[in-house]
Amino acid sequence: LSLIVNGNSVQVEAAPEMPLLWVLRDLLGLTGTKFGCGMALCGACTVHLDGQPIRACVTPLSAALGRRVDTIEGLSAEMRHPVQRAWLELDVVQCGYCQSGQIMSAVALLAQNPHPSDEDIDAAMAGNICRCGTYQRIRAAIKRAAELAAPAPPAESPS
Amino acid sequence: VSDAPAAHAAATAGRRQFLVGVTVIGTAVGAALVFGVPLAERRGAQRAVPQPPATPSPFTPNAFVRIAADDTITIILGKAEMGQGIYTSLPMIVAEELAVDPHRMRVEFAPVDRAYYSPLFPMQFTGGSSSVRASFDELRAAGALARTMLVAAAARRWQIPVERLRAESGCVTDGARRLRYGELVADAALSARPRELALKSPENFTLLGKKLQRLDGPLKVSGRAQFGIDVRQPQMLFAMVARPAAFGTRVQSFDAAAARAVPGVVEVKQIPSGVAVLATNSWAAKRGREALHARFGEAPADAVSSDLLRLEYRRLAATPGEVAREVGDAARALGEAKHVLTAEYEVPYLAHACMEPLNCTVHARADRCDIWVGSQFQSEDRRRAAAILGLHPEQVALHTTFLGGGFGRRGNPQSDFVVEAVQLAKGLGRPVQVLWTREDDMRGGWYRPFFLSRLQGGLDAHGMPLAWRHTIVGQSVLSGTVFESAMKKTFDPTSVEGAADMPYAIPHLKVEIHEPVNAVPVQFWRSVGHSHTGFVVNGFLDELAAAGRKDPVALRRMLLADRPRHLGVLNLAAEKAGWGTAAPGGRARGIALQESFGSVVAQVAEVTVSGDAIQVHRVVCAVDCGAVINPDHVAAQIEGGVVFGLSAALHGNITLSRGRVEQSNFNDYPVLRMNEMPQVETYLVASDAPMGGVGEIAVPCIAPAVCNAIYAATGKRVRRLPVTASLMSSGSRASS
Repeated sequence: LSLIVNGNSVQVEAAPEMPLLWVLRDLLGLTGTKFGCGMALCGACTVHLDGQPIRACVTPLSAALGRRVDTIEGLSAEMRHPVQRAWLELDVVQCGYCQSGQIMSAVALLAQNPHPSDEDIDAAMAGNICRCGTYQRIRAAIKRAAELAAPAPPAESPS
Repeated sequence: VSDAPAAHAAATAGRRQFLVGVTVIGTAVGAALVFGVPLAERRGAQRAVPQPPATPSPFTPNAFVRIAADDTITIILGKAEMGQGIYTSLPMIVAEELAVDPHRMRVEFAPVDRAYYSPLFPMQFTGGSSSVRASFDELRAAGALARTMLVAAAARRWQIPVERLRAESGCVTDGARRLRYGELVADAALSARPRELALKSPENFTLLGKKLQRLDGPLKVSGRAQFGIDVRQPQMLFAMVARPAAFGTRVQSFDAAAARAVPGVVEVKQIPSGVAVLATNSWAAKRGREALHARFGEAPADAVSSDLLRLEYRRLAATPGEVAREVGDAARALGEAKHVLTAEYEVPYLAHACMEPLNCTVHARADRCDIWVGSQFQSEDRRRAAAILGLHPEQVALHTTFLGGGFGRRGNPQSDFVVEAVQLAKGLGRPVQVLWTREDDMRGGWYRPFFLSRLQGGLDAHGMPLAWRHTIVGQSVLSGTVFESAMKKTFDPTSVEGAADMPYAIPHLKVEIHEPVNAVPVQFWRSVGHSHTGFVVNGFLDELAAAGRKDPVALRRMLLADRPRHLGVLNLAAEKAGWGTAAPGGRARGIALQESFGSVVAQVAEVTVSGDAIQVHRVVCAVDCGAVINPDHVAAQIEGGVVFGLSAALHGNITLSRGRVEQSNFNDYPVLRMNEMPQVETYLVASDAPMGGVGEIAVPCIAPAVCNAIYAATGKRVRRLPVTASLMSSGSRASS
């Protein structure tokens, strides 16, 4: 069975009903995507399927066959993605366990909505639980990432 | 938004904190050295350097610092990183004295060794909000020792006095020439150990007291941080364990053949805690466990049900308990009071619900065992593992990973999740990772205990509190643990902390405690006893204020008149929140104050109530935690503590029926989400108090601040948590 993970075509030997989460973690060794609840309640396993955020813990492998799966490992190895830069700048993380999922949800939000309001952020991020309580910084970092991602304003002459 | 107030406070207060606070600490360290206590022998640190040299000519002046010839500086942490930030703040302390950029340091988690035992208790344990305050002196000295020996090596190389040299940016310089630390390590290893260490003067600090970006940030925004659940070893199997559904029951039957028939399942093994299914991946282990159809025995007759427990505790609360504190004669004073209030408060069992479900990976062999685990209590885990395997503790290597949350659960004094994995790995011949599902974790016990409190308060003719009687009923978390020696006489001091030692000047006070025993395992939960006493004491004090027609802040000011530190925190919170002015948008305010872990916190919550719906809009936090290493870390812990406490206040509720836990996952044990997040503001008080803890201190105040605000908004007094259960039931009992 084949799928495209972070741009690479990969073959796996697994039952088609095996959740994508365990395919990624246990068969492909991509442990950046986390197990949190197994019921799409916490968002720790969020990855992108053809660019859309999904919960890998309830997504069977069969649903991903031949499609593009993007995980935290594929975002930017050099941490140049605006969301990663904003996360670092505002020191969002604490234990860090939920942050792969938070970041993948935030990346998907900004791809659809480059300048989300507080209500947009609530709607897009309420599915991602953080027990350390980093929500306030996540909200600020999403707004900061929107700034970082915006095209640079034309250079102004020094005043 | 969040950091602005903290950053402002740090800019204005940080300097003064260090001028005052750290001078005291520095003097203490210096004094020890002046009296000639050789640093390296102080706690056997030199003898205990655990790692063989990894690179040529490394310099290991003590157990915490290793410098290699290629200039790699490694900091070895005896503490676990579970979000609280020690992966950054502890290296900052070394880096300040060693004159290096912390972002150029490598950080390793230490093996189990006496060198890494806490100065506070003889164990390798991360908890009690103690990491920074307990490690500050030794890490500062560790950095200074390394620097002193490097400078001495340069002085010999150049044949000039050490007074003409200084350390900066990982080099020693005389102003004209520079030698990198890496060029000096071979010679530094031969430097004599100084009898005295000159510690940096706090006004010259360049790192401490300022924000520094977390060193673990890059690992955690890229998915590269390794948690226990991410450990992968050659030939490793994945296991899930079918455990009894009710506390106090045992496995009776299971279908091993059906489990083995599931593709990927390798083995089925009964262990003391249940039946384990071992497989080549987690999903196969889970499916195999389902196929087991394990059956368990009937719950014993005395199995716990929450409703019956409440009745039992209520009966106990009306009888005399162990006296934890007695001032004056509360019984007589209540008889003489003009007005007496009686109330019953209650808090439920709570799960820690760390985002990373429990797990542990073990490879046991005849003469050696490796354990990979995110643990807060490595020394106890290793001791118990060695006992199970018949090995010496030195034959067990425990590799600490990052922890996906701890909150106390990963510091289990019985090492429950480590012991189980070791029992499974014994004789297996290959590594095995035991993974708990969310449901296993939620139903697995080791909760914050259910507590019931009975209170009586008496007011004098002026409406001032004259007498306070508080009887607490709840299980002990220390009983039967290595911490039991900390217990005073017959009761657990953590059950009454924050109540027996409450700071308010009430002339007649009596606090009593009952500690019933039952089959539900209980444990530390972030802020421990303060998690219930903060709610009860602040709530009942608000009741006395209302009955005495006093403003809650004004009453606290009167009762804290002799406590300038508490007053400073109270006044800062009240000022920043605009206490006494009208809150915007029809919001109501409530206040709470709690001293815990050596720090004092006050919080003002702004709340609106619409039917049963409660919205917490803003939480203003004033904090006096003494000197501060990284003010942004403090702000982060305050924000996180508010969220943790608010989850419990609004939603958290583990209930039992005939020994079975009725919750299972985040659908029926909801926690705070983004859409419920209030604006949290943190203000630090400039303080000359000894360094206090930070990780747990924001938790105790949020429930009472919110409930006192609900009272201000509605006149309804919340005496049972979670709030939602309380507002919808008639269970809150009070009379006056």
